[in-house]
Amino acid sequence: MPPVYRGHFGKPQAERLLWRAGFGPRPGEAEGLAKLGLEGAVHSLMRPGRDRLKGPRPHDDRGHKLSPYDRWGHDQLWWLDRMVRTTKPLHERMTLVWHDWFATSRDGVGPAKLMLRQNQLFRRLGLSSFPGLLMEVTRDPAMLLWLSGVDNEKGSPNENYARELMELFTLGADRGAYSERDVREQARALTGFRYTWSDSLGPVRFRFDPKRHDTGTKRIFGKRGHFDWRDSCHLCVHHRLHPSFFVTKLWSYFVPVPPSGGTKRSLERVYVRSGYEVGPVVAAILRHPALYTGPRMVKSPALYLAGLLRGLGRGIDTEAWTWLMELAGQQLFYPPNVAGWDDSRWLDTATFRARWEIAGYAIRPRVLKESDKHVPDKADKLVDRARTVLGGPTLTGKSEATLTRFARHALGDANARWKKQQYPPLVENALRQLLATAPDLQTS
Amino acid sequence: MSRSCHHCDEFTRASLFRRGAAEAGRGLPAIEPGMPAPAGTGLDRRSFVSGALGLALSVYGLGKLRLFEDGIAQAASDPAQPVLVSVFLPGGADSLSVLYPVLDPNYRRLRPTLALPDSAGPVFSEDTRLHWHPKLQPLAALHTEGKVSVMPAIGYTHPDQSHFTSRHFWEVGATDARLSSGWMGRYLDHHGVSDNPLQGLSLDYQLQPALASTKVPVASLAAPDEYTFGAPGVWGEVENRMLQTMGALGAHRSDPFLNQAAKAVAQSDRLRRQLAPFAKNSDTGYGSPVTYPDDDSGFPRQLAGLAAMLAANLPLHCVALTAPGSYDTHSDQPQALADGLDITARTLFAFQRDLEARGLADRVLTLVWSEFGRRGEENGSAGTDHGAAGTAFLIGSRARGQMVGEFPGLATGLDDDGNLRPTSDFRGVYCSLLEQWLHADASAVIPGARAFARSALVA
Repeated sequence: MPPVYRGHFGKPQAERLLWRAGFGPRPGEAEGLAKLGLEGAVHSLMRPGRDRLKGPRPHDDRGHKLSPYDRWGHDQLWWLDRMVRTTKPLHERMTLVWHDWFATSRDGVGPAKLMLRQNQLFRRLGLSSFPGLLMEVTRDPAMLLWLSGVDNEKGSPNENYARELMELFTLGADRGAYSERDVREQARALTGFRYTWSDSLGPVRFRFDPKRHDTGTKRIFGKRGHFDWRDSCHLCVHHRLHPSFFVTKLWSYFVPVPPSGGTKRSLERVYVRSGYEVGPVVAAILRHPALYTGPRMVKSPALYLAGLLRGLGRGIDTEAWTWLMELAGQQLFYPPNVAGWDDSRWLDTATFRARWEIAGYAIRPRVLKESDKHVPDKADKLVDRARTVLGGPTLTGKSEATLTRFARHALGDANARWKKQQYPPLVENALRQLLATAPDLQTS
Repeated sequence: MSRSCHHCDEFTRASLFRRGAAEAGRGLPAIEPGMPAPAGTGLDRRSFVSGALGLALSVYGLGKLRLFEDGIAQAASDPAQPVLVSVFLPGGADSLSVLYPVLDPNYRRLRPTLALPDSAGPVFSEDTRLHWHPKLQPLAALHTEGKVSVMPAIGYTHPDQSHFTSRHFWEVGATDARLSSGWMGRYLDHHGVSDNPLQGLSLDYQLQPALASTKVPVASLAAPDEYTFGAPGVWGEVENRMLQTMGALGAHRSDPFLNQAAKAVAQSDRLRRQLAPFAKNSDTGYGSPVTYPDDDSGFPRQLAGLAAMLAANLPLHCVALTAPGSYDTHSDQPQALADGLDITARTLFAFQRDLEARGLADRVLTLVWSEFGRRGEENGSAGTDHGAAGTAFLIGSRARGQMVGEFPGLATGLDDDGNLRPTSDFRGVYCSLLEQWLHADASAVIPGARAFARSALVA
């Protein structure tokens, strides 16, 4: 079995777990989870019960309900709301993992409805059987449009899906897992999907049409048969190089450094023995010492934003998040390409500025007025208050010292009576902004 | 004749999509089956702000960002290259209004309500049947100085009347719906370098498809003057201290990923200091020696910024942007067309004068084009529907200033659909520009280049 973390499981560890396996803690949530201990905490994430969305209902800038199918950007807001309000954070997080793993962009799909249908698929099957998920993805309308599955027909095969199925979804490139011939033959096996075009609705009635399927013999991974799309998925999952690809890729969503050889092999065993279930592998990763003792991980923009809002107790109440998310480098439902987002490149000078804007927008409704007379003029108290507003995140000593020093100096600038009255709220406002954008909160 | 144009709604819808996609930094999503995906769709993009430039850039297809600033330093020391600017008039500008054929007997018959008054615009000296649209007076003035070559009927055989498809043809430099690299992008693939994204600069929030390359990096420029860091409810001394503290939080950390975040913070802080002079409320602007039109379209600022970048010796080579205005004038054409042409022409005029004042005018040629012209006969809603041949201009001190092709006349110059026939081919113009201005082998860039007639474009 893979190694299990045996160290102290307190608030910082629970906090990290909630960030890695969800969208960060609500106020008090990390403390509560810490009381359960590691096993209890992982169990509560794996089996959270029914999803009861918690918190203010989402609406747009005019106070109207979201229209994820129709209004630009509302698809993204709809999902962000799930991330913010879910009580099944791991399931929601897995939905995001699969959106990156099977990265499908609305750019090549069109209707939001199809994207959201795929999204529900990820939510529903995200922790169950991988082969089951793979089959559903293979015949998913958005994927069929995105990777040309509907253009792949007998006599004129389209290799787009066949290649990515092996390269990105199940086996990996440059590992000797498959040849160009396998790509061509897989494409033949995958022929037969089609849809009907409706002038009013766009693409509808996605289906497998035996008339468009190439029923001939194919030779894939050295095996011969009259393979179809189900066989195509089956052959990939049962390929000897699939388990190692699967566990390494899955691991990378939770831990920023690769697993050791031993850990990798033991995770493969967990995966194969469970009958290719996703849940047991995820649970093993969430118990692994590397998650708690290893380096921190940079948050994606979606995680950063949803986590900020969870900490603030704020719901989705503005459409600004759509363009701010894009500035930050992650527009949900629009991954940059079929390989998904590049997790190693979330932060640069442009995206950091976008995060600064996100933080400003997030804290703005609770801004303190300069006339507020109830703000203390003690540096450490102001730091504590700012931290409480953001949901009580743990800070590194270095950042805490820097922020306290800032507060002390800024309060010390008050050399006139009006400044002594007005600076404390200004300083607390600044502390909230600095805290929300500090490197500590960009990582978990 | 009243005919509804089903493309029209799609065009509007597509514009919305495009605006959304603009934020995604990718091309237009396919919204009708068979529509070509814009060149460059799916290219990797990364956004960042260049310290050396003080500009927020999105870079496409560059492996390592570090190479970028090195490349700029290196390229900036090379001898100045000629610059080619592409300006797109979106929607299909009406060639029969841009240069309207006062003396053609069929003009008033085809355009009973839309025909412009005889004396409204200046006479076009190379073909006195034609007058410039009154709002194109600035271009007429440059033409008098010999700085504008006019293509009064430019297009291609078997015209496609879909905005997307025809625009795509122009962008990729071929009537090929499947080609996915832009014609300027392919030129750069052959003659550009691997470390200078500014060689192909899209002055836009997204990549202009004409610049889509397959090998070398190109860039798009977002907002040059918005790199500021404010916070709600913070101002004055406290704000200054806050900004200092932002930098201090970027101090080195031992955890590798915490340190990665800290580095981004520290770099952002450094950049913020460098860019302070560009900050929004600063009056320094781009230091333009001429006054550009005051307009919120962004076009004047884009061209003013372009001139300033050239003056700063930045290694630009091919540039593309979209003109303001909407030229898809199915209804209420007179006002819409006049508004678009007005701001476009005045800005192009200011740009030319700016380049002249900075001593850069011999380095820059600007090609102004639209995806097609419009139907000869007006429709029943004070507008015109999609047509075939359109108008293009090549502007610059080095432009030969001589008409390319001719105005075919409305008696025999219309095709079976009642659209103007082309007397020049856009691919021939591209080939001529590649050979005469960029000194390149056109056949490596434009498919079937040999077949297209060349015109003398450069003086």
